[in-house]
Amino acid sequence: MKIKLHVWRQSTRTDKGRMESYELDNVVPDMSFLEMMDTLNEKLTIEGHDPVAFDHDCREGVCGMCSMVINGEAHGPKSETTTCQLYMRHFKDGAEIYIEPWRASAFPVVKDLVVDRSAFDRIIQAGGFISNHSGPKPDPNSIPIEPEVAETSLDAATCIGCGACVAACPNGSAMLFTAAKASHLGMLPQGQPERFDRAQSMVKQMESEGFGSCRNYAECEAQCPKGISIAFIGRLNSDFLRASLLEPVDRRGEMKSQ
Amino acid sequence: MLTLNSKIPSGPIENAWTRHVNNNLRLVGPKNRPKYKIIVVGSGLAGASAAASMGAMGYKVECFCFQDSPRRAHSIAAQGGINASKNYRNDGDSTWRLFYDTQKGGDYRAREQNVYRLAELSTAIIDQAVAQGVPFAREYGGKLANRSFGGVLVERTFYCRGETGQQLLLGAYSALEEQIAAKTVKMHTRTEMLDLVVADGKARGIVVRNLETGKITSHAADAVVLATGGYGNVYYLSTNAKGCNVTANFRAYRRGAGFANPCFTQIHPTSIPASGEYQSKLTLMSESLRNDGRIWVPRNPEEKRAPANIPEADRYYYLEERYPRFGNLVPRDVAARNAKDVCDKGLGVGPTGYGVYLDFGAAIQDKGEEAVKAKYDNLFEMYERITADDPTKTPMRIYPAVHYTMGGLWVDYNLMTNLPGLYSIGESNFADHGANRLGASSLMQCLADGYFILPVTIGDFLSQHPAGEVDTHHPAFQEVEKEVSGQIDRLLSVNGTRSSESFHRELGKIMWEHCGISRNKEGLEEGLRKIPELREEFWKDLKLPGSSDHLNQSLEHAGRVVDFLDFGELMCRDALLRDESCGCHLREEHQTPEGEAKRDDERFAHVAVFEYKGEGVAPELNKEPLAFDALPLAARNYKT
Repeated sequence: MKIKLHVWRQSTRTDKGRMESYELDNVVPDMSFLEMMDTLNEKLTIEGHDPVAFDHDCREGVCGMCSMVINGEAHGPKSETTTCQLYMRHFKDGAEIYIEPWRASAFPVVKDLVVDRSAFDRIIQAGGFISNHSGPKPDPNSIPIEPEVAETSLDAATCIGCGACVAACPNGSAMLFTAAKASHLGMLPQGQPERFDRAQSMVKQMESEGFGSCRNYAECEAQCPKGISIAFIGRLNSDFLRASLLEPVDRRGEMKSQ
Repeated sequence: MLTLNSKIPSGPIENAWTRHVNNNLRLVGPKNRPKYKIIVVGSGLAGASAAASMGAMGYKVECFCFQDSPRRAHSIAAQGGINASKNYRNDGDSTWRLFYDTQKGGDYRAREQNVYRLAELSTAIIDQAVAQGVPFAREYGGKLANRSFGGVLVERTFYCRGETGQQLLLGAYSALEEQIAAKTVKMHTRTEMLDLVVADGKARGIVVRNLETGKITSHAADAVVLATGGYGNVYYLSTNAKGCNVTANFRAYRRGAGFANPCFTQIHPTSIPASGEYQSKLTLMSESLRNDGRIWVPRNPEEKRAPANIPEADRYYYLEERYPRFGNLVPRDVAARNAKDVCDKGLGVGPTGYGVYLDFGAAIQDKGEEAVKAKYDNLFEMYERITADDPTKTPMRIYPAVHYTMGGLWVDYNLMTNLPGLYSIGESNFADHGANRLGASSLMQCLADGYFILPVTIGDFLSQHPAGEVDTHHPAFQEVEKEVSGQIDRLLSVNGTRSSESFHRELGKIMWEHCGISRNKEGLEEGLRKIPELREEFWKDLKLPGSSDHLNQSLEHAGRVVDFLDFGELMCRDALLRDESCGCHLREEHQTPEGEAKRDDERFAHVAVFEYKGEGVAPELNKEPLAFDALPLAARNYKT
């Protein structure tokens, strides 16, 4: 296969950046998309140019590291598929492929296709956990959970935190990511005590990171490599609304000083 | 000579851990904990759980990972499940049985007190994970579900679909983020440990590189914990994530920590084969496929026909012919070795000639397409996604792949290496799996180490040392920083013609050929000749683009290859010296007529611990003898 690539190149966070074009003529349909990028980088290295920086690690669709907008779609044209699980046979011989980083102001570009997604970690820090110390705990069968609940919670927990939802959203909203974590924990009995605090503080952090608002475009669901449903956004909205009406007070600080 | 005091508690194995905590360990009081700083390198299941647990206790923890978030570590890719001897099935499971299975599975090359403790703590891990919100599979009544896994007779594996590692890691990650928010843990992402700092005989800190800015900095601490995973990527192609590497462990070894059983590598028989030279990693397919698939290759090396058009008479069902009793269900290692054998004879299939057919044709004829599809639906889909072939129409192609490394830094019962103040947990230590790891046991070990063992044992060391004895002004830090920068400059100044990837690939081929599925004296000696040649070539002909003061992924990779090159040699050396077969380590000179490993307990019932002796000098072999008081030695036999 012969392909033409247009790749976003940006040397540092402050560099203005530009698209650059490359041609590759030794592409094999059985190559994964990232192996095609490896081939490009091998060529650039040997020719004495700077290879294209991109994030990747597990290459089996679960670590959430890979992150490319391919021909305008987060993770490319195949639905429910991460970039690393995309294969060149999904493209035609002679294809022109445009490759960009996630583009959202809350995800600044570090270099080329590598972006800074630390905002996601800070949203989790705001409440994406069930407060816990390590040590003896009750036997799990003492708190039965309906399989339906456990399964739906797992549907939400399947989020790999890649950020495709933000890249896909015209507003750069992180609602699907935030809602997935809040729903995963908020549906389980263990997650009830902090449920409404969690909804409020995670949303507050999300807003302060500069993510846009959710306008129900549903592009996030369409481009999510794990097919996470926007129904979870509805759940988060309802928890958030209830939290606002209840005017909960985060007593975390006071409790500690008792 | 290393001092290898394993600190195993004396007396009966049953309450050894409790007695050890009660009688042998000193603790640090809650008021004093914030004075102690602990560095944790790695944020996988072991690192994240340890950092979170110690942070919650009040220690000042700094955690480092090379990825952009601690949630990315490769523990996330574990599919099958996690073992715990809960005995929820009422099928006779117990701590003893899990201990027995693990020790037997490891072919009696692990320290039995460690293995027993692992089995003992297994149930608490499930409780801990559920309390964190890990959504394990449940039955209709709302109780936890179980399934069974290879090598055992009970159902004790807990799971979240095929993503158990992901959910357990996200549990540990959320606990870690809770502590980061509470400011007990400081997280350094995109930061790679490049060396260990040892001063006055103790581990005092690490030197790291900020991968975005390239800045080299020193970090001092009262103790250093390495949770840096396995080194399967020394083979280039493995099921590990691309970033997995041996650098942290190898640097610790160079600074005086003993490296135990480096040659113990687990190779999984059913992964999707490489499709060409460009292949960057391998993906595992569940072994359960062998229950219904028949494995074969064409009899004729010149065969050109599509598999469906090859008549029965021209198909070589080599496992069924060679092992009539077990056929396609021979143990993992036997299946893996036979696949390589037929491919080496030129009978392999697929574009590279390194693949064998796993054919569901007979099962479909027998049970119907629907039934077979229902059983393996997600696996068939995964296979089709990667290869574009439908396994119900044409046979799957499979080939063995490097999956897990049982070797690692030598640690005592407290998980401390022989270097005071340096700990190693999870896959990066050698302790619990002997010469072979059972399925669904790696997650268990990481979390036992991180949640329950290290947070208690580390206090014993800390309580005997004043906090903050050494800071980064100690000359040892400047020295190590200089060495680290020196290596980076050296790498960038070679200015040859070959990429670090190409050297890594070549090293991988040498390792696979000479220190892979089966090993022999001549092959290992050849490996030991080829690796130094390749290393010399590397330092003469490496081409590295860019500079060191910005994000430079080629530079990161080249640094890891430097250590893989040295480490590969250590693996071959260990495999050569271990002149017996055990578990995954098969020396062709020592096997039963069925191709099973034949142990030599007289000469090799020990842990082989290597001690670094300097550049270009052969390392010294130290031995920790293994005792088998609780569980007497027996032949590993899965046939009767």
